[in-house]
Formats: sequence, C-alpha cells, structure tokens
Amino acid sequence: MHDLATNFINLDTITILYLFAVGFVGGLVSGFIGSGGAFVLTPAMMSLGVPGLVAVASNMCHKFPKALVGAIKRAKYGQVDVKLGIVLGISAEAGVLYGAHIQERIKLAFGDAGSNLYVSVAFVVILALVGGFVIRDAWKTYTAGNADAEEKLGLLPLWVRTVNIPGTMVYFKSLNARISILFTIPLGFATGLLAATIAVGGFIGVPSMIYVLGAPSLMASATELVIAFVMGLGGSFKFALSGLVDIRLAMIILAGSLFGIQLGAIGTTYVKPFMIKVVMGVIMVIVLFSRGLMVPVYMSQLGLMDKLGDTTTSILKTTSFGIMIFALLLGAFIVLGAMWTGRKEEMRREARLRQTSGAMEHGEI
Amino acid sequence: MATSTTRKKPVAMLVVTGIFSIIMYAALLSQQDLVLKLCGKGGLNAFLPIITAFAFSIIHGTFTGHFWTVLGFEAAKRKKEGH
Repeated sequence: MHDLATNFINLDTITILYLFAVGFVGGLVSGFIGSGGAFVLTPAMMSLGVPGLVAVASNMCHKFPKALVGAIKRAKYGQVDVKLGIVLGISAEAGVLYGAHIQERIKLAFGDAGSNLYVSVAFVVILALVGGFVIRDAWKTYTAGNADAEEKLGLLPLWVRTVNIPGTMVYFKSLNARISILFTIPLGFATGLLAATIAVGGFIGVPSMIYVLGAPSLMASATELVIAFVMGLGGSFKFALSGLVDIRLAMIILAGSLFGIQLGAIGTTYVKPFMIKVVMGVIMVIVLFSRGLMVPVYMSQLGLMDKLGDTTTSILKTTSFGIMIFALLLGAFIVLGAMWTGRKEEMRREARLRQTSGAMEHGEI
Repeated sequence: MATSTTRKKPVAMLVVTGIFSIIMYAALLSQQDLVLKLCGKGGLNAFLPIITAFAFSIIHGTFTGHFWTVLGFEAAKRKKEGH
C-alpha cells in the first residue's frame, strides 16, 4: 500500500476538463490506428503533479476499457481478428512484465534520470526505424497512385506463409492463411516490451502485423485494440495490487476517450487503408523529435555531458511536451480530415446511385 | 456519418445510458475519498478498479456509441474490410 496523500492529487474543474479533452483526442487516434494517445496521457498527468508510477498505472487502467469498446465497435465492421489479437496479446503480456522488470532494474541502478534516458532513447531509436519505414511506405503508396488498390503482400509475409512447422500452424482470418504461431511470439513480446517502455505497444504491434504477418492495415489497427485490452487488463491488475491506480483519473480520461474511440472507429470505414499508415507514421516521426529533445536533459542529469542551465532544461521540457501534444492534435486533424473527405465521396456515390435508380424507374435507361 | 433515414435513432437508449453514466460519474467524484482509500489499499482490493473500469466501459461506452448515432455519425454503408 502506498501513501494516499502523496499518490493522489486533488481534482478541480479545470483538471477534469483538461483530462477529458486529452482523453477525447487520444481516443480518436486510438480508434483509428489502434493505439497512440497513451504517450501523451502519462506526461499530461505528470504535468498535473501525479507521480510517474500512478500516471502509468492510471493510464493503463483507462486503456483496457477503451480498447474493449473500440475492439467491439470495429468488430462490428468486420475488422477485428480476435484470435490473432489474443495470441499476440498473451505474448505481449509477457513482454510487459519483462519490460517493467528492465525498467525497475535501470531505475535501481541509475535512478529516475537513467530510467527516463532509457525511455527517451527507446522512443527515438524505435520510432526512427519503424516510423520512418511506415511513413516511407505510405508515401510510396500515395505517389504510385495505389491508394485505392488492395494492399499487396511483401516478401517477408510471403516467406512467413511458406514456413511450415508441424504442430504450430494456426489459421488467422486477417491473414487468410495458416502461419506458425512461433512467428507471433516475438512480435507480441516486442509489442509488450514497447508498451512497458513508452506506453504505446501499437507502434510495434501494428507495423509488425502489416509488414511481417501481412495483415491488411485496417485489420491490423483494429486487432491491436484486442492486444491493448489483454495487455492493459493484466498490467492494470498488477498496478492495482500495489494500490497505484487512481481510478478517478482513469475514468475521467475514459469519459473523453470513449467519445473519441467511437468516432475514430467510424472514421476507419470512410478512409483508404493507407491512411492508417499515414496517421501512424506522422505521429511516430513527430513524437521522435519530442523525445529526442529530452535526451540531453537526462544525459546532463546523469553527468554524461556538461550540466544544462535551468532555463535551457525548462525550455527543452516545455518544447518536448508541446511537440507531443502537437503530434496528437495533428493525428486527430488528419483523422477528421480523412473522415470528412470519405464522407463527401460516400454522399456523391449515394447521389449517383439515387439518380441512376430514379432514371431506371422512369424508364430512361 | 451517413445519416440513416430509414433506421430509428436510439434516443431513448441515449437518454437512459446517459443518465446512468452521469450517476456513475457523480458517485465516483462525490465519494472520492472513500474510492481512493479502497483502491489505494491494493491486495484483493485490486479487483475494485478493474470492476469499476468494466462497468464504466459498458455504460458510458454504450452511451457514447448512441451519442454519435443520434448525431448522425455512422459507419459508411460500404464498409471497408480487410481483404
């Protein structure tokens, strides 16, 4: 049991509205790309004076019910592969536990600054590699004029389908193929490891389902919600055992994020699949810069470089947080813009259909 | 987002789930001290935040779903599926 007075902050109307709004935008992005948003919520809570561990725990406790609602919504659109989500989710849970263990070891050895430096470097390296790849792929699709075409399987997923390991082969509907379950274990584990490190496992989970297993973007982003549910439920329970969950914060964020996730899920039915990659890639690359700015702050705190002045540290921290908020808002803006465009196209198509059927009724065709 | 002209909008369900949602949030915020004391104990009380999260996701999740439907925000009729 932890000290209540130091763990849980007082809530006022402004704080409640702030958390509700951040929750809404985070939910909108999560409903669309299957993850995201969480990376802003933990620092957003910490900026209110919530201790780091309570912020992580409360964030996780809002994530699993949000993911549940999003997964159910997107399952209605036929986008969720529950079996793949659960299989990946179980190995992701192991990744979360191992990731939390690594964090504890680093914190013990190098303190808060060491732990923060590890998280920031993980952000920068992984987001640079994966985010760069995702955004490059989306750009290639856009410039090649293939945005409307069905997504083609790359060499890696084609190879994965050819590997036959008896006793491990499972059929997944999102892949429309039987693959060895052994391929899913490291992918799920890496997803969980990342979730425990930077709070957004989907930045590994979704691209790995697309580029390694060959799942379509829409199904990968929807299935990620199942993984997030499995991971979030286990993680929340672990934190709750130590009394670290501030259920008020979690439920206030959930209030906003459930509005957002429903809208984001609806949005996926209006857009071209490559938009999932665009939103995810853009957010990843911008967040990378945000965390990159914090690397010198933590290096300075650890004595790995000259000490930074208080003003410089403060500017870097504020800019980093601002860029993170900007990444989330830009993601939400792209989602809403894509929905708007998709809606207009849908209305035009319906109008054409009405015209055609009207003409047929009057015997003009 | 396409406005359905044939399906009846779930206004009654929106109102009912909305009222339940407000009651749940009012209870949570008005009994903050008790809630924090119970959840902060950890141990077997770990089930409390989990059950609370499930309950809110069901009631508030249903409410938010109806909210967008009543406003006319619905999935495209030509649903996009994977393959």
